[in-house]
Amino acid sequence: MSRVAFLVLCACALTSCAGHQQSAVDPAGVQADRIAHLWWFFFCVLIAIFLAVMAFTLWTLTRRHRGIEQEPLESKHKPSEATESRLTRTVSGLVIATVLVLLVLLVSSITTGKNISELRDKQHGLIIETTGNQWWWQFRYLNDDSNEILITANEIHIPVGRPVMIRGMSQDVIHSFWVPNLHGKRDLIPSRITEEWIEADHPGAYRGQCAEYCGLQHAHMVFWVIAEPPEKFKHWFDSQLQPAATPTDPDKLRGQQVFLKNACVFCHAIRGTTAAAQNGPDLTHFGSRRTIAAGTLPNTPGNLGGWIVDPQNVKPGNHMATIAVNSEDLQPLIDYLESLK
Amino acid sequence: MNRSDHVTPTTGGEARELRLLEQAWRHPRGIFGWLSYTTHQAIGLRYIVTAFIFLLVGGIEALLMRIQLAVPNNTFLSPDRYNEIFTTHGTTMMFLFAVPVMEGMGIYLVPLMLGTRNVAFPRLNAFGYWMYLCGCIFLYWGVFTNAAPDAGWFAYPPLAGPQFDPGKRVDFWAQMITFTEVSAMCVAAELIATIFKMRAPGMTLNRIPLFCWSMLVQSFMVIFAMPSIMIASSFLLSDRTLGTHYVNPAEGGDPLLYQHVFWFFGHPEVYIIFIPALGFVSHIISAHSRRAVFGYPAMVLSVVATGFIGFGLWVHHMFATGLPQIGEAYFTASSMMIAIASGAQIFCWIATLWTGRLRMTTALHFVFGFIAIFVFGGLSGLVLASVPLDLQVHDTYFVVAHFHYVLIGGALFPLFGAFYHWFPKMTGRLLNEALGKLNFWVLFIGFNLTFFPMHILGLKGMTRRIYTYPPEMGWGAANHLATIGAAIIALGGLLFIANVLLSRRRGQIAGDDPWDADTLEWAASSPPANYNFEYLPVASSRSPLWDPPEERAIVTGLRNDRREALVTTLMDAEPHHRYVLPGPTIWPLITAIAVTVGFAGSVFNGWYIFWGAGLTGIGLIGWFWPRRPLELKP
Repeated sequence: MSRVAFLVLCACALTSCAGHQQSAVDPAGVQADRIAHLWWFFFCVLIAIFLAVMAFTLWTLTRRHRGIEQEPLESKHKPSEATESRLTRTVSGLVIATVLVLLVLLVSSITTGKNISELRDKQHGLIIETTGNQWWWQFRYLNDDSNEILITANEIHIPVGRPVMIRGMSQDVIHSFWVPNLHGKRDLIPSRITEEWIEADHPGAYRGQCAEYCGLQHAHMVFWVIAEPPEKFKHWFDSQLQPAATPTDPDKLRGQQVFLKNACVFCHAIRGTTAAAQNGPDLTHFGSRRTIAAGTLPNTPGNLGGWIVDPQNVKPGNHMATIAVNSEDLQPLIDYLESLK
Repeated sequence: MNRSDHVTPTTGGEARELRLLEQAWRHPRGIFGWLSYTTHQAIGLRYIVTAFIFLLVGGIEALLMRIQLAVPNNTFLSPDRYNEIFTTHGTTMMFLFAVPVMEGMGIYLVPLMLGTRNVAFPRLNAFGYWMYLCGCIFLYWGVFTNAAPDAGWFAYPPLAGPQFDPGKRVDFWAQMITFTEVSAMCVAAELIATIFKMRAPGMTLNRIPLFCWSMLVQSFMVIFAMPSIMIASSFLLSDRTLGTHYVNPAEGGDPLLYQHVFWFFGHPEVYIIFIPALGFVSHIISAHSRRAVFGYPAMVLSVVATGFIGFGLWVHHMFATGLPQIGEAYFTASSMMIAIASGAQIFCWIATLWTGRLRMTTALHFVFGFIAIFVFGGLSGLVLASVPLDLQVHDTYFVVAHFHYVLIGGALFPLFGAFYHWFPKMTGRLLNEALGKLNFWVLFIGFNLTFFPMHILGLKGMTRRIYTYPPEMGWGAANHLATIGAAIIALGGLLFIANVLLSRRRGQIAGDDPWDADTLEWAASSPPANYNFEYLPVASSRSPLWDPPEERAIVTGLRNDRREALVTTLMDAEPHHRYVLPGPTIWPLITAIAVTVGFAGSVFNGWYIFWGAGLTGIGLIGWFWPRRPLELKP
């Protein structure tokens, strides 16, 4: 029913977002689905009210007071008693109707909120600690077994059908974790820990973005959530737990040396090498990610070269240092980083 | 009290009295004299004109943002510049345009509607305006010295704190708040005193014009809300300049405390802006539909209820911070409750239009535009009141669309209607109606073209305050449309300016009461004399000018050789005593400059607080220097 009303009203405008990767009305998760249902309910009720009020308002222009007995206003400026009491009845009725409609909306909203908050499973849920940084995301898959803790950045994979808790924190200013296809947003606040449960019900790649203004590059603080069937997720997780393989061919080996001998190691970690700093994104499996610079550019060798040579040009104001890399060292460095699958 | 129709000086005695009155209320000459005005019409107009200039400035900022967002990956503005511009746009529109313009309209219209000669505290009134002007200059001093604030009009710490926003940018923002809040408090105090104590005899509480009720509620809201933002900006300023840690999480301060205190002001702020607009709507509807607004008690109670409930729903700006669920349910309910009060008013207006004899003037066009846009914006507000829905649309373009619908639809459209309605009172000439209707349609179409697509953008995931977006997001078309709409709005603005400039010189002469309206301001001449009324009127009913002339009465017995006004009782407006209002004086300006030295200097050096306080002391001594009472002069 709601779909029908929606299609009639703004079919071309909103349907174009079908299959979109960052849309609140194209849910791919349990929570987002309930919110979308509530949205369509609100949408129909509110549009109906709007149309009714507009019809009444415009009718005042055309109606010319038919059926209402009143003295000529021009001289007395005063409608008759009968008219006024009829108006009083109508307006009181409308106010009561308003109260009832609001009650319905209130109850539906609180019920949905309550249902969503029950969609949590501390026993079997996956816990991902999410830390907001200006302007990138650090993700830590928590586990009681310290060998199973995985640190990654700007891209997470989650198993379909399993609740995932986002344990939100911030390193600097307030950020907000938001993947509209999966759930609403939750702020990441320094000195506090926030919590949000998501659960994907379709496999797919969903784009998320920081939703709380966090400074210069707020626009480029993007991450991806890849929802996969559990087996595929397990495979990904296990491969990500592995340290980076030491390259065998001389070109990539040289790239590794360039990385380790430059200032890169002050911020980045590559497990399996001596680079272990956590001030910037962990690059252990950098080559497997879709984007670089927190969703700013697709992860291609060309873009990576441009990003390393002049990060301020790609993402002005970001905190990555510009490092003078010799032109003959650049290609090996790119090859090395892209090989970190 | 005498009974009389329109009083004209027929005898020599009356002519002499009129001459004395003219003399007592005459403006001093010269630039120095111009700076000393204390009449409410002059100061109200200064507020309105200044605020309108800042509407244009804020509008230009909006256009720059729309150009940047018109196409994906645009490089028209750098991220830094974009962040400065959106912060300055929000700050300008809220603090330098919307609140002051409503205050200006209040200062201009309230004494006329109440049938008195001036506001209760004319010097405080002048001081409030100078403080506002200094605040405007202060903020734009920062903007033009490359220190425009860039942390958003809400300046959340820690982003706005010293660590993440070094330099003076946020200091300019936070101190500008202090200026405008001092000004708003001055206006609130004097309007409350004026409305309570200076009403025309006979204007009992249930005869107060609806616009005055609006200003009364708005003034009380200012008094309760503004201290809250003063505390928030003081937290921020002292963290930034004195090294305290009120809201610095790194040292145990709480950034959420700031958000609570900010929104305890920030939400009522919206009502502070739009409650006066509700008053405009009532007056325009009643004058142009030829009947008094239906349901006066319901209208008054709704406005008062809005004023109260407005303080109980600030948390709906903070749903995403993760608050306890029971609290969220409470704030959902209170946010929805406000719709009952707004709904009741909308129904009363429609009932009035329904049974009135409509005269489709430009002012009434703007009221119809208001109903359409405001109802839409109010309904989308219900989406934001619902916690699950808010979590999706919060901080997206859906919210941008919503609050422009309620603020432009709810406040700016009525304001334009009010300009068309009261311009003849202010200038003596009517605005051009044909140009006015064109003006309305251009604004209405431009507005919807700009802001309607933003609802869809928000649902499609476009977050706020981003300076650019990649093409593959599919946001390009709607953004492009919005930019075209913004250009149309700009055209509408130009049409209005053209109409004002044209009509100011060549407009049709209005006469005292061009609309045959019902409230007392239309009994004064157009433009009103400095003393408003030669004889103070008596309010015989809620619509005194629609009463038969033989029932109208006037007040006599006030002395005309000094600025004397009548003080009446709070409930029944019985004449109580005569009150001498102060005349023109330069001291409010000098005091405002002294305060400005303290406020502006303290951003750079804390000691300026003391220099400023000393100078202010001197200003106040001059201000309150005893003057010889007029009676003792020969």
